[in-house]
Amino acid sequence: MAIDRRRFLIAPLALAATVTRGEVVYPQVTAGTALAFPRDHGAHPEFRTEWWYITGWVDDGDGRDFGIQITFFRTRPGVAEDGGSRFTPTQLLFAHAAVADPRAGKLRHDQRAARSGMGLAEAALETTDVRIGDWSLQLAGQKYTANVAARDFAFALTFSARQPILLQGERGFSRKGPRAEQASFYYSRPQLTAAGALTLDDRTLRVNGGAWLDHEWSSAFLAPGTQGWDWIGINFDDGGALMAFRIRANDGSVHGSGGTLRTASGSVRTFEPAAIRFTALRYWRSPRTGIVYPVAFRIEAGSLALALEPLFDDQELDSRASVGTVYWEGAVRALEHGRPIGRGYLELTGYGGALKI
Amino acid sequence: MSAGLAIAWAVLGGAFGSHRGRLALSVLAIALGVALGFAVALINEAAIAEFSGGMRSLSGSADLVVRGPRNGFDEALYPRLARDPDIAVASPVVEVDARIAGRDDALRVYGVDAFRAAAVTPALVGTTKDALDLLRPGTVFMSPAAAAWLDVHPGATLRVQSGTHALPLAVAGYVRAESGERFAVMDIAAAQDAFARIGSLSRIDLRLRPGGDAAALRERIVAALPAGLEVATPDDNAALTRRLSRSYRVNLNVLALVALFTGGLLVFSTQALSIVRRRSQFALLRTLGLSRTRLIALLVGEGALVGAAGSLAGLAGGYLLADAVLRVFGADLGAGFFRGVAPDVAFDIRAAAIFAMLGIVAALLGSYLPAREAAAATPAAALKAGDEQHAFARLRSPLPGAVLLTAGAAAAWLPPVGGLPLFGYGAIALLLFGTLLLLPRIAAWVLAAMPRPHAIAPALALEQLRGAPGQAGVSLATTVASVSLMVSMAIMVASFRQSLDDWLLRVLPANVYVRAAAAGDSAYFSVDEQRRLASIDAVARIAFLRTQGIVLEDGQPHVTLLARDLPAADPSAALPLVGTALSLRAGDPPPVYVSEAIVDLYGIRPGARLHLPLDGKQRNFVVAGVWRDYARQQGALVIDRSEYTRITGDATATDAAVWLAPDVTVDEFRRQVDARMPGAARMSIATPGEIRVRSLRIFDRTFAVTYALLAAAIVIGLFGLSSSIGALVLARRREFGMLRHLGLTRRQIAVMLATEGFAVSSIGLAVGLLLGFLMSLILIHVVNRQSFHWGMTLHLPWGSLAALVLALLALALATTVVSARQAMGHDAIRAVKDDW
Repeated sequence: MAIDRRRFLIAPLALAATVTRGEVVYPQVTAGTALAFPRDHGAHPEFRTEWWYITGWVDDGDGRDFGIQITFFRTRPGVAEDGGSRFTPTQLLFAHAAVADPRAGKLRHDQRAARSGMGLAEAALETTDVRIGDWSLQLAGQKYTANVAARDFAFALTFSARQPILLQGERGFSRKGPRAEQASFYYSRPQLTAAGALTLDDRTLRVNGGAWLDHEWSSAFLAPGTQGWDWIGINFDDGGALMAFRIRANDGSVHGSGGTLRTASGSVRTFEPAAIRFTALRYWRSPRTGIVYPVAFRIEAGSLALALEPLFDDQELDSRASVGTVYWEGAVRALEHGRPIGRGYLELTGYGGALKI
Repeated sequence: MSAGLAIAWAVLGGAFGSHRGRLALSVLAIALGVALGFAVALINEAAIAEFSGGMRSLSGSADLVVRGPRNGFDEALYPRLARDPDIAVASPVVEVDARIAGRDDALRVYGVDAFRAAAVTPALVGTTKDALDLLRPGTVFMSPAAAAWLDVHPGATLRVQSGTHALPLAVAGYVRAESGERFAVMDIAAAQDAFARIGSLSRIDLRLRPGGDAAALRERIVAALPAGLEVATPDDNAALTRRLSRSYRVNLNVLALVALFTGGLLVFSTQALSIVRRRSQFALLRTLGLSRTRLIALLVGEGALVGAAGSLAGLAGGYLLADAVLRVFGADLGAGFFRGVAPDVAFDIRAAAIFAMLGIVAALLGSYLPAREAAAATPAAALKAGDEQHAFARLRSPLPGAVLLTAGAAAAWLPPVGGLPLFGYGAIALLLFGTLLLLPRIAAWVLAAMPRPHAIAPALALEQLRGAPGQAGVSLATTVASVSLMVSMAIMVASFRQSLDDWLLRVLPANVYVRAAAAGDSAYFSVDEQRRLASIDAVARIAFLRTQGIVLEDGQPHVTLLARDLPAADPSAALPLVGTALSLRAGDPPPVYVSEAIVDLYGIRPGARLHLPLDGKQRNFVVAGVWRDYARQQGALVIDRSEYTRITGDATATDAAVWLAPDVTVDEFRRQVDARMPGAARMSIATPGEIRVRSLRIFDRTFAVTYALLAAAIVIGLFGLSSSIGALVLARRREFGMLRHLGLTRRQIAVMLATEGFAVSSIGLAVGLLLGFLMSLILIHVVNRQSFHWGMTLHLPWGSLAALVLALLALALATTVVSARQAMGHDAIRAVKDDW
């Protein structure tokens, strides 16, 4: 799968220029639309882009930590909407899975891509039920089940929600830039309890841990001149959760940012762009791609100040061989005054040079 | 080097010097044979390598391929296979040979699911900056070879035909294929839509899970496949394609070997006569102490040198020839087996070694036989004049020749070996060698039966021949070999051409034939278009035809299924039947008429029940007759179109036969079609006459290489003939001196020689014609039937045969006369003095 989040966020822009021939009109994300569940757990095929994104930390009970990531993307390419063929690519599905193993010091990752249809790749409308072949993510009640069988790893994990849904932005309407259409529908499920089997090199481990789910959909939300973005989702040990992002412009300035903090007690605070600040603390150069990533950050969200330290540096996801995208998606520890207070994921996109649009 | 050897070398070297011209001819003959054989091998090698390479790159990492009827099978199979736990990736493919607008050519268009193909057949995925081009309908990617061929590059528009409509496709880029195949790739959904293939696939490429058992999986899949589908490995497919052209390639190789054989024969005649001329010199060498074995070795070495020189020149020539042929005609020498492939020639060391060896062996054999003869002579006798004739005097037992002839006649009845008429070729070789062995006997027998003429010169000639019948053996052998080969090929080709012509007359009874397109399988007439065409005023009667390719047996190529509107009263009347049609009884399944190739390849006989896989199920038919078909070498079946439509629901047609209303011209018909049918410009409308001309042109092109190789064999044979006659005359110049002393005039000697030449040539011609006729029967009924499954009727090309006979006689006479003049140019006294 090709397509990482950055690429999907940028893709609409890429197409906005070329696809103005009126091939298809996508619905806009509008403020004030109330999200309804479980319907909004399901797919929104009329929108251009959508993803279900799970990141988490698990351990084998023996002191061995792993970062895990599974993402399903859905896109409506809008180039072939009608036609009598059952192969007509009205919807495309992509999936990306990765395991961060500190002993290996790098990611194991794999991907799937397919046009939806024929029961081989589908994203259900009623609730979260998305699959490509034998890769799947399904929601039943409060429990997500993810199954992935990749080249050199596999996992069958459940993620149980203990907390209510966290609507991002203005009750699920998340602004990504100054313009009205630069937005998405976005909700998160922090503090998921993860449990299941992780298979590495034909050895199956029973693992447990915590995870984070994002579900986001939109038709267009990034402005031209955007370089990429940085995103974090942190589960605090005390039960609280923090999401923060910033969108970087080509000139290095910050184009847009935002974030949400839910405390252990359940109170939610949504941050204005100005209240979020990312400061790089340490850089790492990829020996494969030569790309330099800021793998450690100081994050300020309102009065909160955190240091992020990666589980290990090389969590670059290099899928150039298959789809040509390169980004960094890694497990990180959150520290406050040098003391670990939470764990989560950091995503760094657009560091591989200017995006090809 | 010993003194003896030095002398021997001087003698032989002298021989080389004085026979420079003839020697050059021998070298040239061997070179020609080697060059032809080597070129044919190189061309085949290049074509096969390119084709297999292309197949490999196009089948990518697929472990298994599911394929079915040419027009596709139900796509429902695809999700079933894709979900199979043992299959890692199933990649569905739609294949269409799309007629290219404005050309009588088709381009293979693959419709693929890029997401799947990327994992199995990356060569079928386009490269582009905008990945959505891979999905856009109306967008294609060209293979570099196709882009170059059509001069349609990214940014341009490829125009093809679907149904009777034009279909413009924007070229978005190239595919990653590095081989020379010509094809285009588009999205599978777009291909299904554009080419009316909704719901159908042409093949599914499968890649197994790592460690999966391909054989077990294959068995499991096969058990659950709909009828008419099969599972093959990419290797199977490559082998199948190779097999399709194998008979043709073997045929070319045999022709090259014939050229090499006549080359060897030329060496034989040259060496035989040059050795005879040097008989006394050899005797001298023998008395000087050169052993018999040594002498043989020296003479054979002489032949080996000729062979080596010829082979070297032949290899170089063959390489250049192959290169030129590939450039000009393409890999299949115009026979249509490897369409869309443009390979480069590569020097093949193994083929080079084989043909160099064959060339040397031909020359070695050509000199060994006369060398043994020379060495066997008693030195004392050989030193005397007139001994030359002893060399030819002995007549061998007729037994070996008779045995070979019998074996040859028997071999002609044996079945093919692995689809190749090896025994047929063997039979021809045996007949030829048997006849050559018996030739001196035949000559003696014919000469003995001739009445003695009154004039002194012809009488002398006859006596000379009777007295030394073996003397003419060499020229007889060359004459018989080249004449018989020539005649057999001429009769075979003429029979084939005439049979084809007669056949065309029978299969084209209508006034006009309309095809939805001149090429490819992307075009068709819809039901509405058929109705419209039928309602044109100019049309008195119209019959439609739908072609389809189906797999009758696993591992076999597609056979063509022709669904035709057959006359209800007597369905067989519309077909060129071989034998009679079976009369059907009530309750019989519907009839199918099979071509001769089906009978040969599948062993299906009239009266048998035949299951045809139609629409995914086996349908029962009864074989009601066998018909002759020169158009489809892999076999063809004819069923009634209403039956076909009833079973498959496919009511489209690809061709129409039109009988015009009274007094309506073809031009008028064309005008009305133009006016009434929107896609008229893309249809192909032809009269039987035009089709006949085109078919015969294709026939001649296919046989062009055969003609060329045949011509080479003839030229070598003619050289051999004239060289042997000429040398024979020269060798006897001492005799002419004697005759002059006895009072014969030059003119009388010339008449004597002309009579000899005429007699020998006539005998050679007569035997050659007879042998050639027998060989042509084997070519027609065994070699061609087994190679290509074409049944044909014997037709003798009297005109060309007569011309051939006259030309050869004239050549023989001219050579005799010219050589005689040369021989008598010597001073008579000196000539006699030479004796003592």
